[in-house]
Parts: sequence; C-alpha cells; structure tokens
Amino acid sequence: MKTALKFLLVSVVLAASSSFASGGAEVHLDRAPINLKDMASLQRGARTFINYCLNCHNAQFMRYSHLTQIGLTEQQIKDNLMFTTDKIGDTMVSALDPADAKDWLKSVPPDLTLSARVRGSDWLYTYMRGFYRDDASPTGWNNTVFKGVSMPHVLHDLQGTQAMVQVGEKHDHDGKMEPIMKLAIDRAGSMSAGEYDHNVADLVNYMTFMAEPARTQRTQLGVLVLFFLVIAFFVTLALKHEYWKDVK
Amino acid sequence: MSNAPKPAIAPPIPGLVGDAIVWIDARFPLVKLYKEQVAEYYAPKNFNFWYYFGSLAMLVLVMQIVTGILLTMNYKPDAKFAFASVEYIMRDVPWGWLIRYMHSTGASLFFLVVYLHMMRGLMYGSYRKPRELLWIFGCMIYLALMAEAFFGYLLPWGQMSYWGAQVIINLFGAIPIVGEDLAVWIRGDFSISDATLNRFFAFHVIALPLVLLGLVAAHLVALHEVGSNNPDGIEINKTPDPKTGTPMDGIPFHPYYTVKDIFGVVVFLGVFSAIVFFAPEMGGYFLEAPNFIQADPLKTPEHIAPVWYFTPFYAMLRAVPSMFGSQFPGVAVMGAATMILFLLPWLDRGKVKSIRYRGPIYKRFLTAFVISFLVLGYLGVVPTTVWGQLSKGLPLIGGADVATIVARVLTVVYFAFFILMPWYTKVDKEKPEPERVTF
Repeated sequence: MKTALKFLLVSVVLAASSSFASGGAEVHLDRAPINLKDMASLQRGARTFINYCLNCHNAQFMRYSHLTQIGLTEQQIKDNLMFTTDKIGDTMVSALDPADAKDWLKSVPPDLTLSARVRGSDWLYTYMRGFYRDDASPTGWNNTVFKGVSMPHVLHDLQGTQAMVQVGEKHDHDGKMEPIMKLAIDRAGSMSAGEYDHNVADLVNYMTFMAEPARTQRTQLGVLVLFFLVIAFFVTLALKHEYWKDVK
Repeated sequence: MSNAPKPAIAPPIPGLVGDAIVWIDARFPLVKLYKEQVAEYYAPKNFNFWYYFGSLAMLVLVMQIVTGILLTMNYKPDAKFAFASVEYIMRDVPWGWLIRYMHSTGASLFFLVVYLHMMRGLMYGSYRKPRELLWIFGCMIYLALMAEAFFGYLLPWGQMSYWGAQVIINLFGAIPIVGEDLAVWIRGDFSISDATLNRFFAFHVIALPLVLLGLVAAHLVALHEVGSNNPDGIEINKTPDPKTGTPMDGIPFHPYYTVKDIFGVVVFLGVFSAIVFFAPEMGGYFLEAPNFIQADPLKTPEHIAPVWYFTPFYAMLRAVPSMFGSQFPGVAVMGAATMILFLLPWLDRGKVKSIRYRGPIYKRFLTAFVISFLVLGYLGVVPTTVWGQLSKGLPLIGGADVATIVARVLTVVYFAFFILMPWYTKVDKEKPEPERVTF
C-alpha cells in the first residue's frame, strides 16, 4: 500500500517534470512586462491596437463598451477610439473586406480578440519586436518567432527597421561552426528601442485584457473565495472532530 | 388493511413541520426512506482519505448539471454562432465567465475524482462479491461520462473541438465493413458539421445526463443494498452488536459521514476554486490554446491531442501498429481497455479483498498497472517523437520512436494486470484478515 502510493507519487512527478522539459525546441520568448491593473498602460495599448491593428484585423468579440473596464468613460471611448458610424455596443470590426484582404495579403488577417490566449502574451511581445527586413520574402519582412509571416511590420515607423546580422560564430552539437545571428536596427524609427519595447508591452497588455476582460475580477474574487474556504476548512474540521468524538 | 392512517414513525416534531411530515408520511415513505438511506444507513467507521471521492463525484455531477443548464440559456448549437456564443457568455453574460469556467474545470475534475474513486475500488477490492453489480454500474457510469465529455467537448466549436471529434469519429471508420457508414451515421454528414454539432448538443444536454442520472441512482441503490466496503475489505455485517443488531463497526451515515464529507467538500472546493479563479486553462490541459480559435475545417492544427482524461487510451491507440492497412487493431485495443474493467469481479480469485492483506505479487502488479496508466496518460499528450528514436542498428524495432515502444510495453502491462489476475491472485501469499476493522 505504502509502496504503491510512493510509486504513484514518483511517477506523477516524473511525468510532470518531463512534460516541462519537452518544450525545449521552441524559439526563446521574452517575458512580456505586462500589468493588467495599470490602466494608463491598457489605455495606451488600446490606442495602439485601434490605430494600427484594427485597420486589417478584427476583434469581433470585443465590444467598445468593455473599454469602460480600463478606466475610460463612454464619452472618451466615442470621442477618441471609435469611428462616428460605430455604436458603443458594437464589436471591433475592421473596415477591410475579407475578399480584398485575401487578394492583397494572400490570407485573411486572423481575428485578434483571443490571440493572447491562443499564442500567449510572451509570444505576442516577442513577435511584435521580432520583425526584420528579408529580401527573400514576398512582403520584404520576416519574423524571428513566425517564419515566413505574411504580415508586414506595421509598427516600423515607430521601431524603425531591423536586419538580421551575424555577430560571431559558435560550435554547434557536431562541432561545426555556425553563425550567431542577432537583430540590429538599420534605420531608426520615431521611438528609441526602450520606448518601442514599452509601446509593445502596452499593446500586449491591452490584448491580454481583451482576450479575457473578466480576468482581473476573476483573480480578485478568487482571493475572497479562497479566504472563505480557509475559514470553512477549520470550521468544518472542528465540526467533524466534535461529532466523531463518540466514535470508538 | 384498514384505511386508518399509518402510525407516524417520525420523531415528534412540534408545530407545522411535524404535522406536514406526518401528513406526507401517510402518503409517501419519507421518514422510512430517510432512515434507511441516511440516518440508519450504517457505514464502516474506518473510511480513509480514499472514501471522499464518491460523495465528491455526486457534488461535481450536480455542479455540472446546474452550470450546464445556465450555459444552455446562452449557448447556440449552430456552427455559425456556437464559438461566438461561448465568447458572449465569457464577456457579456453576467457571471458567465464564472459559470463557464466552473463547467470546464468541473469536467476535468469529474474525471480526476472518478479515477480516484475507481482506484479506491481497485485497492480495497470494492468490486468483489457481493458488489459485482455495484462495480458494473460504476463502469457504465464511467463509459457514459466519457461519452458525455466527448460530446460536450465539441460544443465550444474551437479548433481542438473540431479536430478532436474528427479524429475520434474517424476511429469508428476503422471498423471493418460497416465502419465508414457508421462514421457518416454518427456525424450526420461526411465531415464534422453543423448537423454533428446539433446532435452532439442533444446528446450532451439531454440524452447522456438522463443515462448518467439513472445509472448513478442504480449505483446508489446497489450500494445501499449491499453496504459499503471499507479499507480492510471485511464485511461489517458479520459482527452485529448483540443488543441493537446493527453492525458494531458501523456508524450512521448521518451525521458522521455527512459532517466528514462536508469537510471533504470544502477541501475539494479549495482545489476547484484555485483552478477556476487562478488557472482556468490549467496550463492548456483543461482549456487548450487552439480551442480559442474558431473551428476551421480547412486548417488542421499542428498537434491534435485529446483532453488529458482520454490520453491513456489514446496512447494505446497510437501504440498498436496498424495491420493489413487498417487502424482497427488499435481501436479494438482501446475499446478492450475500457471494457475489460467490467470483468474485474470475476478475474480476481484472491481470498482477501483489501490491499492491506494482499500478497506481494498483487501489490507489484497493481503498482505496475497504475504506473502504466499514468505514463500512458502522459504519452497521449505529447507527440510520439518526444523521447527520440532508437538506434537504427537494433533488430526489429530499430529506428522506431522510443515513446511508441514504451507505450507498447505499457499497454501490455495494462492488460497483463487483468489477464494474469486469475493466476497471480490465486498463488499470492496473502495475510490473514482481522475479525474486526482496524480503526
């Protein structure tokens, strides 16, 4: 019995640890410095999202009215973030016709409402900073985490353009020399590298909020629920002991 | 019999409530049922940790039904609107996100609780005479639960919903002769479509819940007929109290096990809430990332894996090589892996029931079985290339995926636990059972 339990525990731990180890082959992702309680950051992110992303992408499950959750009034949303033809209860839909998109970009840009849940915030943060010039690709752009991406670098006027340059050499597993490649800015944009990173962090912060607007409420409520259950734990345990005193 | 009112057996409760009980009792066996099933149902006093999971399974069942009803009020079983209606629930329905997370977390925890409940049955021989039928009802509940989960998983209409269902239904296509027609009959179309979604909705919200409730009722009736087993695997009815005639080692279910189970419920809700409020996706195991993309029949996801609770069987399916160009052997093995559970009461020839008094061979077989189930579960989640390939020089299996070979060995271990059971339970050196339960 005891040995059976031990084996069970050991095998669970082994299975869990090997599942963590198995993700090794993927591209390194930078940790997105996001904070869902930073309203100013969420609002800046919303502005970037609506000004840039929403031109081609939809966020068809996200209503403008939900932007009140990031500290904006309905009037502010209407004045600053919406086209005059939209209503506050409408969802965020791009003016780009899907048929045109297919024609111009060879595929319809995916809906972005849930992309932070599909790809993860870290992926988005790395992706939006990973565009570089690549003359071999049809759009002239490539990306470190999304090889052969069909989206051009929409924020290049902010970041500038990057190129993949060789900065050295190292031995690979078979002892052969392989180049170490790194991204470098070859034409400056309107933002410094630090400013651009902040800008992308704000955007990813907003997209993380948009993927699950209830998230902040969820974790806040969770603390209360667990607090209640901790108290209930001791009360019900005492109750059980009280009743079971006479079981001999 | 005269028409005179039956003498009230209710405890004298003063006032309106007491009068109401007397009135009902003359027409319906309310007090009798309460006494037989709750207040005077004698359960062994030595239940341990493993005995929480029966009542917890009931709790999760009720929770799934209640949250399911609430979800149905806003969900649309239509291929055009299903995905959007789930997002509508997550965003615009008041507390919709909570209801949805409770339902999705509840589904996974239902399986966790049921697996632990079945493990208890294995360890303490709860399937042995006279509880064979109780065990069989339990196995049927497990099968119904798998079907319920499978149908429900299609409803959010995400990429994994769609392609998971596609893969599973194609398995039926592997059955010789009738397979293809059977698959079309199940889908109602040549691929997963709106017709499939509609019928899966019908199965998920009405057909299988009815079956489940009926089976759970039968499971409970059978349990209360034969009485609960316990960690010592000995019958408490054999040692009645000479004065009262009730089992000396039995205690009334209420209040003793009701208060104990309430404590268990609180601990369970702690785990449940921690997931619902802080990790509803559970690292992609409860809600998978590709399922946040709407189903697209033209785009196959890179890696299709079923939800974690099906993966031991899925790993077996993949491990079995196809024969004569047919996947059927794998499908048959997967089916046999679940059906063999039904035979357990008749495979076990041990004299004792509980693992406490079993011999060393049984313990080793059970340990190997549990490990094989867990590792198969892990292998079902990951691609078969996860542990690399064997060197090409090896005879027969050279160049094969290590994970596939391991899964094959573990599938054999899984079945060996059952098939060899009549032998090893008979020759094993068992310890003598005590007269009374250890408490």
